[in-house]
This record gives sequence, structure tokens and C-alpha cells, in this order.
Amino acid sequence: MFKGTTMSAKEYKAFAQVREPSRSIFSNCLKAFLVGGAICTFGQLIQNLYMTYLKMSETQAGNPTVATLILISVILTSLGVYDKLAQWAGAGSAVPVTGFANSMCSAALEYRSEGLVLGVGGNMFKLAGSVIVFGTVAAFFVGIAHLILGTGGQ
Amino acid sequence: MQFLWAFLVGGGICVIGQLMFDVLKLTPAHTMSALVVAGAIIDGLGWYEPLIDFAGAGATVPITSFGNALVHGALTELHDSGWIGIITGIFKVTSAGISAAIIFSFLAALIVRPKG
Amino acid sequence: MLRGKQTWWFENRPVITGVGTVVGPDEGEGPLAADFDLVHPELDMQQKSWEKAERLLMEQASDFAIQSSGLQKEELQYYVGGDLMNQIISSSFAARDLGLPYIGVFGACSTSMETLALAAQLVNSGSAHHVLAGTCSHNCTVEKQFRFPTEYGSQKPPTAQYTVTGAGAAIVSESGQGPVVTSATIGKIVDLGVTDPFNMGAAMAPAAVDTITQHFNDTGRTPADYDLIVTGDLAGVGHPIAKDLLTRSGVPMEKTVFGDCGLMVFDVSKQKVQAGGSGCGCSAVVTYGHLLKRIAKGELQRILVVATGALLSPLSYQQGETIPCVAHAVSIERKG
Repeated sequence: MFKGTTMSAKEYKAFAQVREPSRSIFSNCLKAFLVGGAICTFGQLIQNLYMTYLKMSETQAGNPTVATLILISVILTSLGVYDKLAQWAGAGSAVPVTGFANSMCSAALEYRSEGLVLGVGGNMFKLAGSVIVFGTVAAFFVGIAHLILGTGGQ
Repeated sequence: MQFLWAFLVGGGICVIGQLMFDVLKLTPAHTMSALVVAGAIIDGLGWYEPLIDFAGAGATVPITSFGNALVHGALTELHDSGWIGIITGIFKVTSAGISAAIIFSFLAALIVRPKG
Repeated sequence: MLRGKQTWWFENRPVITGVGTVVGPDEGEGPLAADFDLVHPELDMQQKSWEKAERLLMEQASDFAIQSSGLQKEELQYYVGGDLMNQIISSSFAARDLGLPYIGVFGACSTSMETLALAAQLVNSGSAHHVLAGTCSHNCTVEKQFRFPTEYGSQKPPTAQYTVTGAGAAIVSESGQGPVVTSATIGKIVDLGVTDPFNMGAAMAPAAVDTITQHFNDTGRTPADYDLIVTGDLAGVGHPIAKDLLTRSGVPMEKTVFGDCGLMVFDVSKQKVQAGGSGCGCSAVVTYGHLLKRIAKGELQRILVVATGALLSPLSYQQGETIPCVAHAVSIERKG
């Protein structure tokens, strides 16, 4: 008669943890740094182009720059390459605004099979929703803090 | 020079995100939400605008700038219209980004199917 | 007939008279590609949604199984099936097309052996002449339901597994030509507190160990009685853990060949599948497509297939629950 495993949950957790292939944290951070930095540098380039050729000021060029990056991200997601890049780049492709656009575009594409209203419309913010909700709530509390402290806005 | 700082600061913020993935084992949703809130708080303290002046796109492209823009909208409107501005102003600055994402994603869903 | 605590001994020796396996492009690039009846070159299989593609896999695998058995569809009494989709729609819709009395089960990735065990029991007990047992999974439907939209850029950790796009079906009969199902050990739920859905291997390993141990205790057999023992989809992280746990319990696994279907269906070193394959289809296509062929050739005399399943839902994980797992073992032998 063989006796089964008599490990407790805690013992098993430690047992399994030791046998888990470690994530190469350093190399992941390096890749994230390179890709994230590259995307931001590219964004800077686009902003400079808008300022030079469309004679926009720095503030005016901000919105078109973000919109351009979002468009590029949507195109790459639609071509099916953004997720391949992300497996390599990790946070380097998720943290820039391109990652935000990817989260919305990928959800929209995926749920198209459930129709435009319930599928695309109802699921587009599946991943991005948390970001918008928490950003808005945080902004609200920061605003309240400024109101209370009397530092009423810059 | 401007490009160098954009690269370094942008890359640095991404490294923070990567550490949240790998060391803290947070999901992408948790990580992005945390970064947005961080951006909001940093702007609340008045430190995000100087970062943008210094690093340019290195500070405006990461998702942290979304938090910054939300707070900016709220505080500018607070200054201009009083306390109601905290609510009415939040999406003023970011509307370009969110609108662009919604519109382009919708159009993409009309013409493209996911490739798996 | 009941043997021991939880094992069925099939004294009437039901026979697997037909099998069908249909897979997707990634499995078609793996080491076992030549063993499958059909390899689809594209993941969408010209269907309007991933879910419809998964359904197609199941229908085609069932057709191949019926064809290879030489039987007519009308001669089958029951269809026992299950899959990973909510409300097991892939199996239910395939059942609609088959038009057979249908028993739907949910065992996650352990479904292949759960359905095979039930089919063998129905036939062995005289409750049916011929039963179709089948299961399927599709990489994109699983990603969409359990994880993220398929085009979403998330970075998978090295412990993650790659869901097999494939369907496997088998026909179990009272008599005929083919390998014999000799016993089945139905597993109980084992949950040692793993919460990470990206590390299923570690979650499921204890369940596999529990069922394997119980199988030996109930039947009086030992690892040496089997040419090959495979787990369903413990893959690169879970399989070594299971091996370790079995050794610690004093089970002499070194007396047999101990493998894993998730490590057989893909070339883990070349294909981007992280720790290896998973999904209902994993153990089904490897067993019905590859292992039974080896039994037919005489390379293997007696094997034990231990399919493992993680019984979580996307909601249970979000609510902070741990991952309860189950494993079902079926022994298959060469006739004669």
C-alpha cells in the first residue's frame, strides 16, 4: 500500500516555489527598458515633427502625438504583431499609452463575434476600464485634497 | 539630448512596471491602475509637470501621464470654476486620447478579425 | 466492478474500436503531427468565431472516430463529452449534430479520461453496446474566456502553459478489434492551496499523485506493471513536481517510463509554448492519436493515462479562491 502526499498547503507552497522556473527579472527589465524607452523616443520624434512641420507649440502638439501613437498601436494590434512584441518586451509595451490602446483594440477585435453593440461596445473597456476608473477616482481625491488645503489648482 | 532623456525616463518608468509584474507578481490591470494613480498623486504634488519639461515624451507617453492629465483637468477647472470643477474638468485634457482609442478600436473591429 | 476505494475494474474488457483526432496549426508543427487524422493550417478554420472553430474540431474528430470504427452513427447508444467552454457549449452543439443521447461532463483538462472511463463503464456494465467519448479545446477560446483577448499584449511567465487546439474522440464497444480499457480510477478533488492560474502544473500535480497512488492501492498493481504512465498536462513545471512527490511517497516510478502529454505534443525547446501543452484536447489527441497507435504496433502493452484538470473559473480566481484539481486514470492494454 502506498501512502499519498501528506503535505500541508503551506509545505506544498514552499515545495512548489523552489521548483518554479525563475523569471529572469534582470533581462526582463532590460528588455522593458529598451522597448519602453524606444517607444517614448519615437513619441518625442513625432511630437517634434508636429511642432516643426505643422507649426504647433509644445502644448498643442501633445494631443496629436498621443493620437498618432494610439493609431499606430491599433494598427499593430490589428496586424497581430503587438502581442508578439509584448511577450518579449513585457512592461515596455504595456506601460506606454500604446499598451492602453492595445488593451482596448484587442478587446474590440475579440468580441466582434458577439456583435457590435453587446460585443464590441460592451467589452471594449474590459481591460482598460480599471485604469480609467482608478485614474478618475484618484484625480477626484487629489482635487478634493487641493480644495481642502486651499491650494486650488495650478 | 531631449531624445536621450525621453529614452531614459520612459524606459525607467517601464522598468518600474516590469518589476511590478515580476517581483510583486501583479496583473497588468493592477500594475497600470497603480501607475495611473501614481501619476495622479505626483501631479497633485506638483512634480509631474517639471518631469515633462525635463523628459518630454519620456513622461507624456507612459500611462502615468494619463493620471497626470486627469488631475490637471480637475485642478485647472477647480481654479477656473470653483469646487464643481473637480468633477467637470477631469476628462477635459485626456479626451483626445480616450476618444482616439475608442474610435480607432471600433473601426479596427469593423474591418479586422483577431489572429489568435 | 468496484475494486478498492474508487477504481472500476472492467472484467468484460470493453474495446476501443475507433478513434479520431483533429488538431490546429501549432500541434501540426509538433513532434506528433503525423499521428493526427487532420491538421488545420489556420486557427480560425474558416469559421466566424473561435468558438465555432472549436465546435468544428469536435464534430470532425467524432466523424473520424465513427468512420474508423466501421460502425454507423445509429449504432451508438450514447455520447459522453465535455470541454472548457462555459456551459460546455462545444460538446453540446457537437452532440446536437450527432443526434445521440448525450451525457455532458465538466472535468476541465481531465475530461478525456473522465469521458473514456464513463464510456467504458457503460459498455462494461451492459448499459450500452457502443459509446462515443470525446473532448476538445481551442487555444483562442480558452485565452478569451479565462485570460485575455488573443491580441492583448501580456507577457506570459515561464510557468504558463499553452492550450492545445485539438479534439479527440474514441468509440468504446463490447467487442471488436482494438486496445482494451481494463480499469479506471476516478479521482477526488485535491487542493493544496495554489492560487496562480498561470501555474496550473503545480496546482494539478498533487491530484495526479493522489489518483496514481490510489490506482496502485486499489488494483494491487505497481509502476512495473505498466510500460508507460503519462499525465495529461502537468508539463514542464508540474511533471517534475509529481515525480518528486511520488518518489517521496515510496512509489517506484523509476520502474516504468513516466511521461506527460503536454511535453509530448509540442517541441518545448522550439515552439513558444512556455512550460508545455495543456487543455482538454492535450491528453485526448496524444492518447487517441499517438499512444494507441504505439499499442497497435506492439511497442506498448499496457499504459496508464492520468488526465489532470484544474477546476477553477475566471470568477473563482478573482474572488481569491485557490485552485481545486482532479485527476482520472484509465489503464489501456493491447488485446490478446
